[in-house]
Amino acid sequence: MLDTNTPSVQIRDLDLQFGDVKVLQQLNLDIYKGEFLVLLGSSGCGKSTLLNCIAGLLDITDGQIFIGGENVTWAQPSDRGIGMVFQSYALYPQMTVEGNLSFGLKNAKMPKAEIAKRVARAAEVLQIEPLLKRKPGALSGGQRQRVAIGRALVRDVDVFLFDEPLSNLDAKLRADLRVELKRLHQQLQNTMIYVTHDQVEAMTLADRIAIMKGGKIMQLGSPDEIYNRPQNLYVADFIGSPSMNFLRGTLDGTTFTAGDLRLPMEGYEFAHQGASGDTTVGIRPEHVITGELAAKAPVTASVLVDLVEPMGSDTMVYANLADVQMRIRMDGNATVKAGDTLEIGIDPSRASMFDTASEQRI
Amino acid sequence: MDNLHKNGPRGPKPKRAFSRTNIIVYGSLMVVSVYYLLPLWVMVMTSLKGMPEIRMGNIFSPPMEITFEPWVKAWSQACTGINCDGLSRGFFNSVKILVPSVLLSIIVASVNGYALANWKFKGSNTFFTILILGAFVPYQIMIYPIVILLREIGLMGSLSGLVLVHTIFGMPILTLLFRNHFASVPEELFKAARVDGAGFWGIYFKVLLPMSLPIFVVAMILQVTGIWNDFLFGVIYTKPATYPMTVQLNNIVNSVQGVKEYNVNMAATLLTGLVPLFIYFVSGKLFVRGIAAGAVKG
Repeated sequence: MLDTNTPSVQIRDLDLQFGDVKVLQQLNLDIYKGEFLVLLGSSGCGKSTLLNCIAGLLDITDGQIFIGGENVTWAQPSDRGIGMVFQSYALYPQMTVEGNLSFGLKNAKMPKAEIAKRVARAAEVLQIEPLLKRKPGALSGGQRQRVAIGRALVRDVDVFLFDEPLSNLDAKLRADLRVELKRLHQQLQNTMIYVTHDQVEAMTLADRIAIMKGGKIMQLGSPDEIYNRPQNLYVADFIGSPSMNFLRGTLDGTTFTAGDLRLPMEGYEFAHQGASGDTTVGIRPEHVITGELAAKAPVTASVLVDLVEPMGSDTMVYANLADVQMRIRMDGNATVKAGDTLEIGIDPSRASMFDTASEQRI
Repeated sequence: MDNLHKNGPRGPKPKRAFSRTNIIVYGSLMVVSVYYLLPLWVMVMTSLKGMPEIRMGNIFSPPMEITFEPWVKAWSQACTGINCDGLSRGFFNSVKILVPSVLLSIIVASVNGYALANWKFKGSNTFFTILILGAFVPYQIMIYPIVILLREIGLMGSLSGLVLVHTIFGMPILTLLFRNHFASVPEELFKAARVDGAGFWGIYFKVLLPMSLPIFVVAMILQVTGIWNDFLFGVIYTKPATYPMTVQLNNIVNSVQGVKEYNVNMAATLLTGLVPLFIYFVSGKLFVRGIAAGAVKG
């Protein structure tokens, strides 16, 4: 189980440069034993690079990496006690599934009986026993990814590294394997570090999420913290689909003013007291209250509907509030059409406020 | 909706056997084939005729009386200088040159290419550029320096000296071939093998080699035809007793004494060309099969 007292992977002051390009800068990260940590970010943010550094596949410029309390900064990938799963599966095409699973163990000069035992166990856990004699070419995408996970599984390591393992699969299979991965983690209780650009994967799988941008961690926290209390504008904007609505204005005491809109922010939990000046308020589309409950909300307003996007499960409504196009998520059964006037309510306790200049939460 | 033309076109569009495109394509293919096959026809026919029949002209007509005498003579009796044991001596010399040169150059070049593609070291790109430059230097410039080099290491005139020369001259183009091939192998496969604890040779032999059969066949075709057909190095770096087949063929065909035995010359030329032809036909199939086997995405 997740043990927050025992660190599993520790990264200290990690720097990585390719020539003059700084990919990772002064990065510090502690990952607990049994934790499922997701590195989330848009492409080019350095998340895969960080994973490769942990795996030892990239030589770092400065800093230290500890796995299980041991300094592995200079250790070979195979000696670090890690298993890795790649986006393109990276199965050895000329070997059978069994050969793929046992390749690492053979390299470690493990006795044959032990290899057979471990391969059998991994195959059972992943339900790929009927496929053992096949070659990767004769497998479907989902089966290949299972074999790739199995290759990490047989190594019996403490830390699993996943580099966007589900990105090559179609949407349905991705959802299935996501659940399987979560189940696998509950069963194995290993430390898992998972790189993805898909926030649904991140939110559903993670114990903690590290959101990265430009080689730095923007916020590290539980999915709940990341979603409800984003520490800065970047995280607030990145997480959530459709993304958060932002109103720019000024804060005076507890009153936020944007154009002719006045939002009394009583009930908002300030990160620190005495903030004022240029402020951005972020409200998630799903936190805009509509229908009968709107009138009971601490702050109410009426808006003119521009556009309606029905999506079945819910309906996305676009409306102007204080010269900002607001996205409002309504129930799928709501009968709204363009041109209607809509009563909305806002609960300041569920909003986020940021200093416009520093982009930090206030 | 119902006023559609139900009797109009439906299903696949019919194809005409004698369309204009077909006539042009097959017509030009036929003309080109005849153009290339005619000399071969003349060679085979002439090699099967006796000298009296050849003197009658009619080079295109098939022999009235088929004789294999010229083939036997070309193989075992034709004279070059003082040796009168035919092309057989040259054939075996060529084999002794070919086999080690092909194996050696492919082994060294594939490891070179692998190291340059997957184990980048400081200056590896510079090293590769210099190596590739070697492919653009005309051979003729290097002939005399190599003569000196071989003389100094005592291999001048020996078969091993020629093997060494062929191996070195095969290096640039083969290294390029292998490097580009290994660079096209997904990097993640290489990373996965490293996580699995395979080292430099482990990855080469157990992961990359088994999936690279097609490129080895391509390299073999290049080297076999190149080395077998080589004349320049063969004539310079060997001596009459160790002349390769091409040099011996030249000596037979271009001898200025006595009667010009066209049938023997034709037979000798065909015999010399048999090895590259054989390689094309045999490995061509293997080549295609290799490509098809490697086409499965891992």
